[in-house]
Amino acid sequence: MATEIQLPTSPADVVRRPGNAGRRPNRRTARTARQRPNFLGGLGGWAWLAFIIIPVYYVVVTSLKNQAGFFTSNPMMPPTEPTLDNYKLVLENDFAKYFMNSLIVTVGSVVPGLFVAFMAAYAIVRGKGRFLNWTNNLFLLGLAIPLHATIIPIYWMITRAHLYDTLLALVLPSIAFAIPISVLILSNFMRDVPNELFESMRLDGCSDWAMMWRLALPMTKPAVITVGIYNALHVWNGFLFPLILTQSPSTRVLPLSLWTFQGEFSVNIPAVLASVVLATLPLLVIYVIARRQLLSGLTAGFSK
Amino acid sequence: MAVSVTTRASRRTLERGPSGWLAAPALVFFLLFAIIPLFGVLFLSFTRWDGLGEITLDGLSSWTTVLTDPITGNALLVTAKIMFFSFIVQAPISLLLGVFTAAGQKYRAALAVLYFVPLLLSSAAVAIAFKALLDPNFGLGPGLGLPLLTQDWLGNSDLVLFVVVFVIAWQFVPFHTLIYQGGVRQIPTSLYEAAQIDGAGRIQQFFSITLPQLKYTIITSSTLMVVGSLAYFDLIFVLTAGGPGYATRLLPLHMYLTGFKANDMGAASALGVILVVIGLVLALLLQRLGGKNRNDSQLEGA
Repeated sequence: MATEIQLPTSPADVVRRPGNAGRRPNRRTARTARQRPNFLGGLGGWAWLAFIIIPVYYVVVTSLKNQAGFFTSNPMMPPTEPTLDNYKLVLENDFAKYFMNSLIVTVGSVVPGLFVAFMAAYAIVRGKGRFLNWTNNLFLLGLAIPLHATIIPIYWMITRAHLYDTLLALVLPSIAFAIPISVLILSNFMRDVPNELFESMRLDGCSDWAMMWRLALPMTKPAVITVGIYNALHVWNGFLFPLILTQSPSTRVLPLSLWTFQGEFSVNIPAVLASVVLATLPLLVIYVIARRQLLSGLTAGFSK
Repeated sequence: MAVSVTTRASRRTLERGPSGWLAAPALVFFLLFAIIPLFGVLFLSFTRWDGLGEITLDGLSSWTTVLTDPITGNALLVTAKIMFFSFIVQAPISLLLGVFTAAGQKYRAALAVLYFVPLLLSSAAVAIAFKALLDPNFGLGPGLGLPLLTQDWLGNSDLVLFVVVFVIAWQFVPFHTLIYQGGVRQIPTSLYEAAQIDGAGRIQQFFSITLPQLKYTIITSSTLMVVGSLAYFDLIFVLTAGGPGYATRLLPLHMYLTGFKANDMGAASALGVILVVIGLVLALLLQRLGGKNRNDSQLEGA
């Protein structure tokens, strides 16, 4: 078996052999099928793009129409007189307040969540013993269980703790729900950090606390970013916890505000869609700025 | 003797792992807001509670109510249908798109950038957008002038389930595409080069290299897809609120409406327990299909 794995030589190897050194290899043969033009794939790719873009286009175009324009013009045509009145209406309806609430809840749960998950992942990867094994298995179990099924006891706990209708009521369960996937991704990354690095630091008399922040953290930075982004997206877009654990406009977060706004302005579709655009815009800006990091982080995090 | 004690001690310091206490904060959060509520929901399923007043023990009556209620059976069926159809639709599309975008040409990279926009939208936003888009008077159908697209999509109980599956695909395929894209990029190119020399075509390469090499990616993505069916709650709640009638009232939504709208927390808890059992069984089944614990070997395949 072992020899079989070594046997097949790639074209690259052939090329590098001394006898071939002077000759330019035929580049076509070195190309894999993945790199040759793929018409069927291209067709599917463009079709999917249309599928993704048409709804986005419709939402943006409609949000720029006034009521009359919405009722009379062709839905897919851009407005003859684009207006920002809908956006003004949404912004006057406490959009900034809901935005701040979302920001507080997201930062407030992602940062502590990353902190505790990172420590746990470090202990699980570097440590030994039944306790850590058991803890790890418990977290893995959390991945398999639809944790939203536990919302009723959580509602009970939050009301008993007098936290109902506070932002803290959203932060606490959000931290807990992010732990399984965070620990999984972080520990998968940390396992690949060479043991020798830890050992040499240990020989220099480093404590675990120092090794964790000065070795493990820099080495797993891509994973930390991935987990941070993934959790932030989840909390920012979260709907169920706000729906059940908060009530008043003062604790309303963005996704919930879209829903209530839809109820209040059900006849004013352009305004409702303007609120959808406004709620998405901040994430879109972040996506445009940090796209590369974001996508490579997410890709690496979930394909390990 | 003193020397041997020191060596042994320093040896132990060298090999000793970090204290398990480092895992304690995460564990406490998880126990408090996930594991204890898990037992809590089981306990509450044997009680009567309206969500505000006293909780009183009520034996099996919630379970009898839930298990004899035809709406429960219907909710299970709707859940299964949505899970099945959205898997059938999402899995092949995201696999193909993942393979397609994994190659590095500029135009594919540019397409991929746009593909991932739905990832940024909240389910509430997606649902509201599609509600407007599917409107028979002011939506996409009349806009494109296609009579076939001009239907009361959300009001027709025969069609609505497929509309839901369609919207789910719009929102969640990009995420799974991303997972597959990463998986494909980790396949060693030497495999393709070898196949190329052996004269394997694109389709043959897909089936004999890409697909087998993606085994764990497929399991990860499928598990997230199936267990994640619960995340469709937000989307369906805003899009159809479970209607028309009970046509899209899937289990999590049925649980929410029973508990927080009909104020029957006992019955809702029983539904919650059913949900947990289903999730657990499905996840274990999928892991079993995978054959082994994927945490054991991270470097092996690379």
